[in-house]
Parts: sequence; structure tokens; C-alpha cells
Amino acid sequence: MAAVSQLQRQFIEYTTSLYNEGYLDDQFTQLQKLQDESNPEFVVEVVSLFFEDSEKLLNNLATALQQKIVDYKQVDSHVHQFKGSSSSIGAQRVTNVCVHFRNYCEEKNLDGCLRCLQQVKHEYILVRNKLETLFRLEQQIVQAGGSIPMME
Amino acid sequence: MSIEYHEEDVPHVLAVDDNLIDRKLVEKLLKTSSCRVTTAENGLRALEYLGLKENQQQNHFNGKGTKVNMIITDYCMPGMTGYELLQKIKESSVLKDVPVVIMSSENIPNRINECLEKGAERFMLKPLKLSDVLKLRHQLIKCSTL
Repeated sequence: MAAVSQLQRQFIEYTTSLYNEGYLDDQFTQLQKLQDESNPEFVVEVVSLFFEDSEKLLNNLATALQQKIVDYKQVDSHVHQFKGSSSSIGAQRVTNVCVHFRNYCEEKNLDGCLRCLQQVKHEYILVRNKLETLFRLEQQIVQAGGSIPMME
Repeated sequence: MSIEYHEEDVPHVLAVDDNLIDRKLVEKLLKTSSCRVTTAENGLRALEYLGLKENQQQNHFNGKGTKVNMIITDYCMPGMTGYELLQKIKESSVLKDVPVVIMSSENIPNRINECLEKGAERFMLKPLKLSDVLKLRHQLIKCSTL
């Protein structure tokens, strides 16, 4: 059975790296602050909603950009949603790409938009993998009888 | 820590946002700040809940007999913006004194001024933090019984 303290150290190191590398920002910490005994799965719930929502948005974006005549207002509206939800959970790198993406929408720059779509998809997949790893680590700690360290 | 509240003591907030994640977040922020929360996904639903939709009978119990102590709404929503919702609320004799807070992810001075001039109590930038909502709850919500 893995030592709890080892797992906890792993958790702290991993979380710290996510913040240092800009995958997550302070907003994620805000989410964690909202989790309590009355709602012990809050962070996982919100992040799962984000995953579902993001995948829909990515599909919608791909479809919108494949149209013969691209409706940039529609594309922008999807990116605006994506920017909002990623910002609300602290997925900083995704939000940053969305900012550039919106600029290209304004310019009606198809190439720019297509590039941003690839980029935002890439950043989304990265942060999704990171968060899934983080949640797995949490589960392991709890299963080993430990408590999840609070990150300040 | 759990506190027993009587119905009249707990402020009731209507939160309006078209983004599912933001709706869940604002609901949790408000609940953590000891508020009862009803959410609506757009302006029209909000108006329906408040009993302000056209053809609805206006009464003192805004729709379902539950008093609303504050309305917090996103600015950018499809169909009806938060500003338009604010307007409708301020035009209502029954609801004009209910504090309305507008949230937005965009820091646009014209937009902020426009909302404040229309009577919004406050304009808050998203993403909201727990400390912001706690402050809001203490400063704004007066629980008055009819």
C-alpha cells in the first residue's frame, strides 16, 4: 500500500507544477475553497461539466468554420462561451487562446481562426489530462486513508 | 458548521446566466454565502419567474409566492442582455427596489456606466470570487418581511 505522505507529496508537487506552468490559475483554488462536507464532489462536478461543455463547443466550432460562408458572429459566440467557462474554472491557457481566437473572429480571418481552433483543442486536451491525473491522485490519497493537502 | 435558518431569514437570490458552468458556480458561491438560490438560464425565464413576462398578472408575490431579495445577472446573454433585464426590472412597480447586480467577463467602462446609470446596484467582473460574494451578501441584501 502506497505511503500516504508520499502520495500527498506527489499531489503537492503536481499541483504546484500546474500553477507554475500556467495550466491553472487562482480561479481553480477558488473552486477548491467552495468544496465542503455538504458538497464534497463540487470541484469534480464543475470540471466534468466543463469537459462536456468544451467538447460540444469544439464540435460546434469545427462545424461553424467548415461552412462555405463562415458566420463569424456565430464562431465568436462559441469562443466567448469557451472563454467564459475556461476562465471560471481557472483553465488559464485555454482562456488565453480564446482571447486570440476572438480577435481573429473580429478580423474575419479564417486562417487565424482555424489555427486557433487547433491550438485551443490542444490546450483543452492538455488541461483535461492534467486535471484527470490530479483527480486520480486525490482518489489514491483518499483510498490510502489520507486527506488531500490544502494548497494555499 | 451548520446553521438553522428560518425561511424569512435567508435571503433569496435569483441568478441569471446562460453559461451552465457559471450558473453552477454562482449558485455555489451564493449558497456558501448563506443564500437561497434560484437560477434562470436567460432573461425570459428570469422574467417568467419574477412574474414580469407580458400577459402575466402582476402581483406582490412575484410569480410563485417567493420573495426575491436580489437579482444577479450576466450581461452577455442571447436574446435579452442583462442590461435589458435590468431595464424591465426597474420599470416594474413591484420589483424596482430589488437590488440588481450585473456580472461580466469584460471590463468595458461604457457598459459599466450604462448599467449603473440604469440603476444596477453593482457591476462585478467575472470570474467571481467567494470574498466578492460574501461582501455583496453583507452589504446588499436586506431581508425584509412583507
